[in-house]
Amino acid sequence: MSKHTLSVLVENKPGVLARITALFSRRGFNIDSLAVGTTEHPGVSRITIVVSVGDLPLEQVTKQLNKLVNVLKIVELEPGSAVRRELVLVKVRADNETRSQIVEIVQLFRAKTVDVAPEAVTIEATGSSDKLEAMLRMLEPFGVKELVQSGTIAIGRGARSITDRSLRALERSA
Amino acid sequence: MTEQSGGAPKPQPRAPRNGPQQTATVEHLTGAQSLIRSLESVGADTVFGIPGGAILPAYDPMMDSGTVRHILVRHEQGAGHAATGYAQATGRVGVCMATSGPGATNLVTPIADAHMDSVPLVAITGQVASKAIGTDAFQEADICGITMPVTKHNFLVTDPAEIPRTIAEAFHIASTGRPGPVLVDISKDALQAQTTFSWPPTQDLPGYRPVSRPHSKQIREAARLISEARRPVLYVGGGVLKAGASAELLALAEQTGIPVTTTLMALGAFPDTHPLHLGMPGMHGSVTAVTALQKSDLIVALGARFDDRVTGRLDSFAPHAKVVHADIDPAEIGKNRAADVPIVGDVREVLTELAGALQTETAAGRSGDYGAWRELLGRWRETYPLGYDLPDDGSLSPQQVIERIGRLAPDGTVYTAGVGQHQMWAAHFLTFDKPATWLNSGGLGTMGYAVPAALGAKAGRPDTTVWAIDGDGCFQMTNQELVTAALNRIPIKVAVINNGALGMVRQWQTLFYNQRYSNTTLHSAPGQGGTSPQPSGGRGTRVPDFVMLAEAMGCVGLRCEDPADLDATIEKANAINDRPVVVDFIVHEDAMVWPMVAAGTSNDEVQAARGVRPDFGDLDD
Repeated sequence: MSKHTLSVLVENKPGVLARITALFSRRGFNIDSLAVGTTEHPGVSRITIVVSVGDLPLEQVTKQLNKLVNVLKIVELEPGSAVRRELVLVKVRADNETRSQIVEIVQLFRAKTVDVAPEAVTIEATGSSDKLEAMLRMLEPFGVKELVQSGTIAIGRGARSITDRSLRALERSA
Repeated sequence: MTEQSGGAPKPQPRAPRNGPQQTATVEHLTGAQSLIRSLESVGADTVFGIPGGAILPAYDPMMDSGTVRHILVRHEQGAGHAATGYAQATGRVGVCMATSGPGATNLVTPIADAHMDSVPLVAITGQVASKAIGTDAFQEADICGITMPVTKHNFLVTDPAEIPRTIAEAFHIASTGRPGPVLVDISKDALQAQTTFSWPPTQDLPGYRPVSRPHSKQIREAARLISEARRPVLYVGGGVLKAGASAELLALAEQTGIPVTTTLMALGAFPDTHPLHLGMPGMHGSVTAVTALQKSDLIVALGARFDDRVTGRLDSFAPHAKVVHADIDPAEIGKNRAADVPIVGDVREVLTELAGALQTETAAGRSGDYGAWRELLGRWRETYPLGYDLPDDGSLSPQQVIERIGRLAPDGTVYTAGVGQHQMWAAHFLTFDKPATWLNSGGLGTMGYAVPAALGAKAGRPDTTVWAIDGDGCFQMTNQELVTAALNRIPIKVAVINNGALGMVRQWQTLFYNQRYSNTTLHSAPGQGGTSPQPSGGRGTRVPDFVMLAEAMGCVGLRCEDPADLDATIEKANAINDRPVVVDFIVHEDAMVWPMVAAGTSNDEVQAARGVRPDFGDLDD
C-alpha cells in the first residue's frame, strides 16, 4: 500500500463528484484526500484524489473511473515529477508572551499570519503535507484552537499539460 | 507521469435505425412529443411500461405514435425484465418506462440485473417538476442517485431542449462498447414545456470512448501462446453473444481444434452438439468443463469475466494456466485473474484477427498439437456425463421434464429461465445450438426473471416459440405479467417446475444445514406438513393452484404429474399459439443439481454427484 495522487479531469456537470466518490466507496477504496476545482477551461473540472492502495487495486480503480462517461482523463502524478500542495488555516492560542514565538515559527515555514486577536493568531500556510505537518507540530504546544486543511492539489513539472488533449476534444465537440 | 486514458477517437453519433421521419427542419412541440419523436427516430419499436403522474405527459403523444408500441405491464419490474428479454432476444436496445418515485424504484432490480449481464437497456422515468426536486414532493425519488451504481450512465433532464440529444446519447451508450442500462429521468415540467425538435441531434460525449480494435501486438502474442500450449481451453462468456461473434468463434475453434466451454451467459454461442464443446463451467458446470479449465495450461477468455461462480476459490483456480483475456471492457482484464496477454477490443474483431495471426504461426511452422488433450477430455466426458436418476416413486423428474420440453419444442425456440435449480437443469438438459436462444439472469441471479423476459422476447420475435422454464418460487414473484401476455396476445409458454419448495436453497439446506428446511417450503406453512422431514411424495396444499391461476389470468392452464402424460402435455402446450400456456409440472422435491462445486471451495473439489469426486489420475505436469 502506498499513496498515489490521481488527477482526474471531468466534465463540469452536476453529480459528477458524487459518481466518483460513490465509485471509490462501492469498490472499497478509501480516499485520503480530495480537492475539486475549475481549470483553465470552464467546461472542465479537475479532481485531485490521494488514495492509499496497492498497484493492482489502483489499476482497477483507475479503469473503473475511466468507464464513467463524464470522466475525460486520468493521470497519475508521480511524486518525483509533480508539485503537490496543501493549504492549512490554523488558529493558535497566543498571548503577549507567546505571540512573537509563534510569528517566528510562521516565518521559518514561510507561512503567513492572516488574523491577529488578543488571544489568538490565525496562520495560513501552503506546502507539501510533510512541511505542514512539521509546522503544526511546532505550533501544537501553544494550543491549536481550530484547524482546517484542504485536500492535496498537484500539477506535473515541465512544459507539458495534461489538459491539452482533453480540452481539444471538448472544443471539437462544442 | 502515466497517462491512463485511451486516445481512441470520439464516437460518432450512431446513424438512426429505421428512423421514420428524419428531418433537419426544426419543429415546435412539447417535451413529451419530442421524447416520443426521439424514440421513433432512434428506432425504438416497443416500450414496456406503466404510466403515472410524472410521466403522464409522455403517454399522450405515445397514443398517436405509429411506430412505437407500448405494452402495458402489471408491475414495473416486469417492464424492466421484459425490456431485457426483448434486448437479449433481438440484439436491439430494450426500452422500459415508468413514473417517478415507486414506479422508478420498481425498475431498480431489472436495471441492476441488466447491468450485471451487460444488456443494452434504456429506462425512461418521469420525475417531479424541476422546482419540486429536493423537496420530498409526492412520488419523488432520487432515481439517478439510486441507480448510479447499477447503470452504465444516467441522465436527469430538466430542459426540454435536451431531450432529443439525451435520448440519442442514452441509446448510443447503452448499445456500444460493453452494453448496459442507461436511465433517463425527465422532469414533468420538461415534458410539458414547449420546445423544438430536430434529428439527428449532436451528441456530446467527450469522455466516452469505447475501444473496439484490438492491439495487433497483443494478438500476435496470444497466437504465440496458443501455438505453444498443450492443454488450451477457450473460455467463452456472454461477450461473444453480445458481439455477434458465434461464427468467428466456430471458425477459430475448428481451425485450431481447441476445446470450448461456454458459461451460463454464453450458452448458444457455440453449438452444444459440437464435438469440441465441453459444456458449461462453474459451480454447476460439467465435470469435463470444470476440470478442463482446472488442468489447462492456457485459458483463452473471450468476453468472460472470471466470475466467482466460474472460478470457485480464485486462488486455486486453474493453477497451471496462462491467461489470454480478451474483453471490450478494460476494467474486466486483471480484475479477478491476472492476464498474461490482455486484449482490449470487440471480441469479434479479436477472433478474426487471432485467426489470421494463427494462420501466420502455422505458416511459420508453429502450431499446437492438442490431440492428446482432446482425447483425455473425451474420456472424462464419457466417464462423467451430465445425467440424472428417475425418482423411485414414479413421480416426475424435473430434469426429464426440461429435457423433453427441449426435444419437443420447435427448432430455434427461445428459452428463458428464472434462478435456481430449474435454471441449472435448463442449462444442462436443453440443447443450445444458436445464439440468442437462452435468456437468463446470470450475474444478479434475479428470481422472477423468466415470465417477463419471455414476454419481452416474444414481443420482439413474435414468430419464435418462447418457453419460460420457471420454478414455482420464481413464478410466484412475477406471474402477473401473464395478464399482460394474454391481453396483448403474446402467446408465451411457461413450464412451472413445481417441487413445492425454493429448490436450490433447499438443496443447500440438504447438503450444508443438516436437512433443516427453514422457510423453503412453499406449498404449506409450518405445522401443515411443511416442516422437515417431508413425507416422501408429500405434496402439501397445492396453494396456489397454478392451473386455476393461469386460467384466471387469461391463459391456458395444464397440469402434468405422471411421466406417462409428459410428452402429450408438452405437445398440447406446443400446439396452442393463440394464448399463453402455463403447464404446472409437479415434480419430485428431492432432485438435486449435480455436478456441484460447493461455495467457497476449489474447483478441484468438483463432485459429479453427492459424495462422488471424480478421479482424474495423475495429470500433473
